[in-house]
Amino acid sequence: MKPVSHAFKDNAKQALADEPLRRALGGIKHGFVANRAKARAKLPEFERLRDEARAVKEHTLAHLDLYLEAYEKKVTETGGHVHWAATAADARAAILQICQAAGAKTVTKGKSMVGEEIAINEHLEAAGITPVETDLGEYLIQLRHEPPSHIIAPAIHLNKGQVEADFRREHTDLPDNRVLEEPAQLVAEARAVLRKQFLAADVGITGANLLIAETGTSVIVTNEGNGDLTQCLPRIHVVITSIEKMVPTLEDANTILRVLARSATGQECSTYTTFSTGPKRDGDPDGPDEYHVVVLDNGRSEMLGGQFHDMLRCIRCGACMNHCPVYGAIGGHAYGWVYPGPMGAVLTPSLIGIDEAGNLPNASTFCGRCEAVCPMRIPLPKMMRHWREREYEKGNTPAFYKLSLKAWAYAAKNPRLYQTLTGLLIPLLARFGSKGRFRSLPLASGWTRYRDLPAPQGKTFQQLWRAKEMRS
Amino acid sequence: MNASNTRESVLGSIRGSLRVTGDDAARVDAVRKRLKAPSPNLVPERANVRGEESIALLTEMLEGQSAHVSRAKTLDEIPKLVANYLRKNNLPAEFRTGSDGLLADIPWGKATSLTHHLGRGQGDDAVAVSRARTAAAETGTLFLTSGPENPTTLNFLPDTHIVVIQAKDILGSYEDGWNAIRKIYGKRPLPRAVNLISGPSRTADIEQIIVMGAHGPRRLHVIIAG
Ligand code: SF4
Repeated sequence: MKPVSHAFKDNAKQALADEPLRRALGGIKHGFVANRAKARAKLPEFERLRDEARAVKEHTLAHLDLYLEAYEKKVTETGGHVHWAATAADARAAILQICQAAGAKTVTKGKSMVGEEIAINEHLEAAGITPVETDLGEYLIQLRHEPPSHIIAPAIHLNKGQVEADFRREHTDLPDNRVLEEPAQLVAEARAVLRKQFLAADVGITGANLLIAETGTSVIVTNEGNGDLTQCLPRIHVVITSIEKMVPTLEDANTILRVLARSATGQECSTYTTFSTGPKRDGDPDGPDEYHVVVLDNGRSEMLGGQFHDMLRCIRCGACMNHCPVYGAIGGHAYGWVYPGPMGAVLTPSLIGIDEAGNLPNASTFCGRCEAVCPMRIPLPKMMRHWREREYEKGNTPAFYKLSLKAWAYAAKNPRLYQTLTGLLIPLLARFGSKGRFRSLPLASGWTRYRDLPAPQGKTFQQLWRAKEMRS
Repeated sequence: MNASNTRESVLGSIRGSLRVTGDDAARVDAVRKRLKAPSPNLVPERANVRGEESIALLTEMLEGQSAHVSRAKTLDEIPKLVANYLRKNNLPAEFRTGSDGLLADIPWGKATSLTHHLGRGQGDDAVAVSRARTAAAETGTLFLTSGPENPTTLNFLPDTHIVVIQAKDILGSYEDGWNAIRKIYGKRPLPRAVNLISGPSRTADIEQIIVMGAHGPRRLHVIIAG
């Protein structure tokens, strides 16, 4: 998709006024967040596993060139093909070529964020090939021509009424009087519609959660089984993935898998974890004749060893957005491209540039929850700060912020002035708020329209400190 | 750019950013060692189970993930177990399997109502029976391998999937499971697909409400033999 991240502020404003969206996002707390906490509590080694997962990825990244070479060798040995793609355009061209060589008319797709990143669907459509998303959430948003709003729950912004309306509009060969009230009925309809697509497709495209150098294997993790039907039915299986998905061995894959599902949905493990190695073997009654892996760089290699290196450890679990107060208020579409939430705020400027995505790193309260839950211990707030510094240096910071900052800096550097001002302001503000909260506040309506602001209580820190000093 | 140039430019960019070369002996050695003798990282204590303990944990985990589990002391008991399960769930009394030796040894004729088909999965199969080569009790995870013995399509196309596993093949950790697979395949590459299955298919993509049977089987019934 064409990024609209530059319009972040307007997007966010719209999202805040969208009541159904806010109801949908409200469910994250009782779902993903509560389930992650339970899964973590059930596994005493969870914190140590996070350290190990980080170590696995750090080792891999430090030797990434060599592991990619070893991986490529194994894929080739087992009868598969590796296609290198420096840019999104390279990846699109490679995939289109495979599809055209196969004379493909329809292509089924498992969920792939890299697929979204390179906008493969639009590219195939333009060439007369029909891509069909088969992950239920991806299918729902494909019907609406929308991008995903969450990296593991792409349709989290929709409610069942919207899904029903879309199904009635699109599935016109089904009886008008059918009942589509409950999620189970909607799922059953999608299952029947997509089953036909699975059986008819010429090519199946999946993503990869991991690549394993030891065995030349790509791994997908799903709950629906769609990624498996996508790869075992068509004649050709294409994996679209990126360089940082690499791990050395099956043992290393185990370590990542132990933290992935628990961090993502709070499951002990996902229903299906599939290890795919090459095309079908002699005597196999099913599986693809051809197995292709398109390995995308798209700016990642330049992140290695730099300020945003740590971001390459990301395993796309979504925990950072599930726990983010900003994401929880505005959802994923406001971020204007493929990757939302804290991980998107760091990654998007790296991939599409700070000019387009410079606003995203500002979408943070620096509460630090994202880093606290990230299974790969990625210091997301620190990296968002790096982006802000860069933006500031480039002079992209709006004049109002600069002026306010300057005023604050002036006061802060003059302790007496600072104390006098805050000492005066606090009792004033406290009187403004009722029951310790502001429902509205001049100059801060952008905040108070959607939530209350706690009113400062009592004395300033310095006043308390001085009182304490005098007592002791 | 042609394909080999692209490859070189990606690898070159990685090396440039890392400030390394591809022929640095220490790096090459570290990678070679890790790939040649894979060693386990931290394995959760929970996975440190054997024998009946691992069977109990596997059962508990699978049931927690909405699978049904039953136990057959011998292969002879399996036909009746399957027939009863199908009847109880109002399912047709027919099923499909691959050419797996263990499944072939089951005296299916003992349950005269059952019709046994052979081959890969078809789009409208109601029931398939597969064999898992091993299982990791730590998360209730069955390991199935592709091939004529147990075609992958049987794992995903039918509405109901029945998986038979021998009690002795149930191990504790993922590491144990992979070592068992490595032993079976020896120096050969992994089979085209190793499917780790831990329950029936599900989705929560509509309003975060869990619905069974998204695309794969709505029901998973696991029979532990022995
Ligand atoms: S940054 Fe961390 S928490 Fe966020 S998606 Fe990536 S791995 Fe998960």
